Amino acid sequence: MLKTTPFHERTSALCASHAWRRWAGYVVASSYELSHEREYHCIRAAAALFDVSPLYKYLIRGRDAARLLDRVVTRDVARSQAGQVLYTPWCDAAGKVLDDGTVARLDEASFRMTSAEPSLRWLEANSIGLDLTVQDISESTAALSLQGPQSLAVLKALGDIPPLKYFRLARTQLRGIPVDVSRTGYTGDLGFELWVESAHALALWDALMEVGRDYGLQAAGMLALDVARIEAGLMLIDVDYVPAKKALIESQTSSPYELDLAWAVNLEKEQFVGKQALAAEKARGPAWQFVGIEIGYPGLERLYADVGLATRLPQAAWRTSVPIYSGAEQAGYATSGGWSPLLKKYIALAHLRSRWARPGTELDIEITVEHRRKRAAARVVKKPFFDPERKRA
Amino acid sequence: MKRYDVAIVGGGHNGLVCAAYLARAGKQVVVLERRERVGGAAMSEEVFPGFRFSVFSYVVSLLRPEIIRELDLPRHGLHILPLESTLTPLQEGGKAGEYLAQWNDHDQNRRELARHSPRDAEAYDEFGMELHQMARLIKPILAVAPPDPASLHPRELLDLARLARMFRNIEKRKFNALWRLLTMSSAEYLDAWFESEALKATKSASGIIGTMLGPRSPGTAYVLLHHYMGELDGVFRAWGFAKGGNGSVSAAIAAAALGFGAEIRTSAPVHEIAVKGGRAKAAVLEGGEEVEADIVVSGADPRRTFLGLVGEKHLPGEFVDSIRRFKFRGSSAKVNLALGELPDFTCLPGRGPHLRGAISISPSIAYLERAYDDAKYGEISRRPYMDIVIPSMLDPAMAPPGKHVMSVFVQYAPYHVNGGWTDARREALGDAVVDTIAGYAPNIKSAIVHRQVVTPADIERVVGLSEGNIFQGELSLQQMFFLRPAPAWARYRTPIDGLWQCGSGTHPGGGVMGASGRNAAVAILGGRA
Repeated sequence: MLKTTPFHERTSALCASHAWRRWAGYVVASSYELSHEREYHCIRAAAALFDVSPLYKYLIRGRDAARLLDRVVTRDVARSQAGQVLYTPWCDAAGKVLDDGTVARLDEASFRMTSAEPSLRWLEANSIGLDLTVQDISESTAALSLQGPQSLAVLKALGDIPPLKYFRLARTQLRGIPVDVSRTGYTGDLGFELWVESAHALALWDALMEVGRDYGLQAAGMLALDVARIEAGLMLIDVDYVPAKKALIESQTSSPYELDLAWAVNLEKEQFVGKQALAAEKARGPAWQFVGIEIGYPGLERLYADVGLATRLPQAAWRTSVPIYSGAEQAGYATSGGWSPLLKKYIALAHLRSRWARPGTELDIEITVEHRRKRAAARVVKKPFFDPERKRA
Repeated sequence: MKRYDVAIVGGGHNGLVCAAYLARAGKQVVVLERRERVGGAAMSEEVFPGFRFSVFSYVVSLLRPEIIRELDLPRHGLHILPLESTLTPLQEGGKAGEYLAQWNDHDQNRRELARHSPRDAEAYDEFGMELHQMARLIKPILAVAPPDPASLHPRELLDLARLARMFRNIEKRKFNALWRLLTMSSAEYLDAWFESEALKATKSASGIIGTMLGPRSPGTAYVLLHHYMGELDGVFRAWGFAKGGNGSVSAAIAAAALGFGAEIRTSAPVHEIAVKGGRAKAAVLEGGEEVEADIVVSGADPRRTFLGLVGEKHLPGEFVDSIRRFKFRGSSAKVNLALGELPDFTCLPGRGPHLRGAISISPSIAYLERAYDDAKYGEISRRPYMDIVIPSMLDPAMAPPGKHVMSVFVQYAPYHVNGGWTDARREALGDAVVDTIAGYAPNIKSAIVHRQVVTPADIERVVGLSEGNIFQGELSLQQMFFLRPAPAWARYRTPIDGLWQCGSGTHPGGGVMGASGRNAAVAILGGRA
């Protein structure tokens, strides 16, 4: 049996599509409506509510909590302030990414860490000799992601929200329910994540949906989220990269530098897992880079016109590996992509060998048109594809 | 005094599109807009505190995908939100269930249609297929300057040959279908497909929008196809409601034009296009300022451009004659409502997904034809056809939290109404519209916080569209393609050297489409539009 999240009683009642998917052993809605399209547009034009409870969550407390996290993740945790949230990858000793997630500093000596993979063993293995406790709060803490231009207005209609900068967190009460609100998300839009004790999950959901009605709030599923996160240029574990622990061969692994996360690696820190390997890699430059790709529309149009069809575009984001060429040579591969309903562009996230990774580089991507493999012109572009001012404003 | 390569008269969406393409090609371009804001009929305004209306045009249906792409309009703020359904109440005061809905989802749509007619449910897919095929045949024509079949100019002959090749390749079966579409009335065409009155009427409505024709008037089937063109782009979805209203479409195009280096001057009303020795020299503003340019492009409609700004004395008599006979006959009005609460339809109570789509007051072909009958004799339709959308359902920023804006497109409200348009008649139209809606959603009257009624006379006065025709001239067969706006002058050129046209009074015309503006720019740049 798959597990259900603390919101299941509500989400299942809304799930008209009966389209569910697995996430870390839980079932979550792929889309609530028959198509995910409107849910997507709510992220960008109104507000959308996602159940993100399946994330792994750990509470790390104690005198040495910051020290442990600094040993594990690549960013500088000691220098973070209470109320700050860090997005960060963490690596094995070879400097290959194990997972990526967030570290929220709740106060001087306590942190909440989220991850995509179970991380208790890794955290404990790195805590030897340190004074702290690691508590798995994955089940006792429910999580919602409230995203979109109207998300702040929805929160304000429910309680006092202190001014929150991008990647900051505050403890507050929403209609009397204690909630941690962080200005974070996976959509690249204005948005918040809400962390609440599972016992209060349904009450929080009901309060949000009730006031949210006046702001166009819509429960949204993973299909809509997938489109938004690609537009935001955000990678997804197991899709865009293989976590080092699951890699069967070395070439399946990726370093933070190869995933465009150089900004999240702090080599000034005293010591952390993978530091030496990463310092060496930085010196020689990464072999691969993780970039944005835009597939040209006129080229696609021609390929379809050649077989007598109107241009076809993917209806949902895809998650398969697709070869990318520079002339006869394979320059790399795309790992996820799709049609951006907002930008009206066919976009993808891709791994390219560094020599082809510069923005503006013209490449070809494989595309199947009426059962035949063709190549369509594509271009390397800067990520994120979509980056509205309101995200940080 | 600065001299420009191109001065564009009128900052409507086509003028802006034309400016953007010309500026992109390196031309020094200035757009001269009479009003204090650009957009023409594609504009949003906070008419009542907290409520934003798309005052005139209200949906994006035909905006050319290549324009969206080439000008990168999304980067300049264009976000098109899909309208996913159409609800047609079957009768006033109808009980729950007495409606016909068309949904986006195939299965949901089929089940709903089968509730009325299992045959229609099956025919629906075939109908969609035929229109898809026909639209594909016609679509290439949208992006070309229409060649004049009577011309012997080598380029036009070449274009004609290209067109002939295109048509020669059409299978016989498809050609017959196309011919039927070009000549039939939309009612007749739809009769061949469907039996549900509400379905036929709702589909036929797109054949009469903006024209002074009824669903039984020959030639309306083609207009239906014209509107179907947007569907071709499938998942590209250029069809829907622009976030922020249709003013956002104009704002995005203007931003693109500015980005390419075009200048835009608002509150700069052009009074005259100065012609010397058969050549356009300048756009002369009210107040006398002359904006000199090598080329003047008019985005105004053909009547305003030639009979107003240029003047008959500079033009050949035959041409003046065609322009005089170019039909406008505005037939539609807009009622914009600020609502304190959502309308509650007796046929489908509650705030379901139907309120996020279009609501069409078109219960039967006879209803539409009767509405037309009133207009034929100079009266406002007693029971008008209406296309209703509630933009705040898709973009909550259009109204204060929990409140809504409702846009009601109304037809027929003839420009040449008996006795002429007066304040009293405007309010009478508003009353007729609200009364009709109240027949379907009784709470509407108490929900109204503010009402704005826009008659064809208002459209003419505010936006400058002659006789309030929303397409800058009726979209009827005798005014399309190589006849738009006048024989031999359909390729954006005019009898005046250096004077070009880019408004929707030229091919292909109509709707917030932008094709006229783009084609004109391409022609001016010497390319083949």
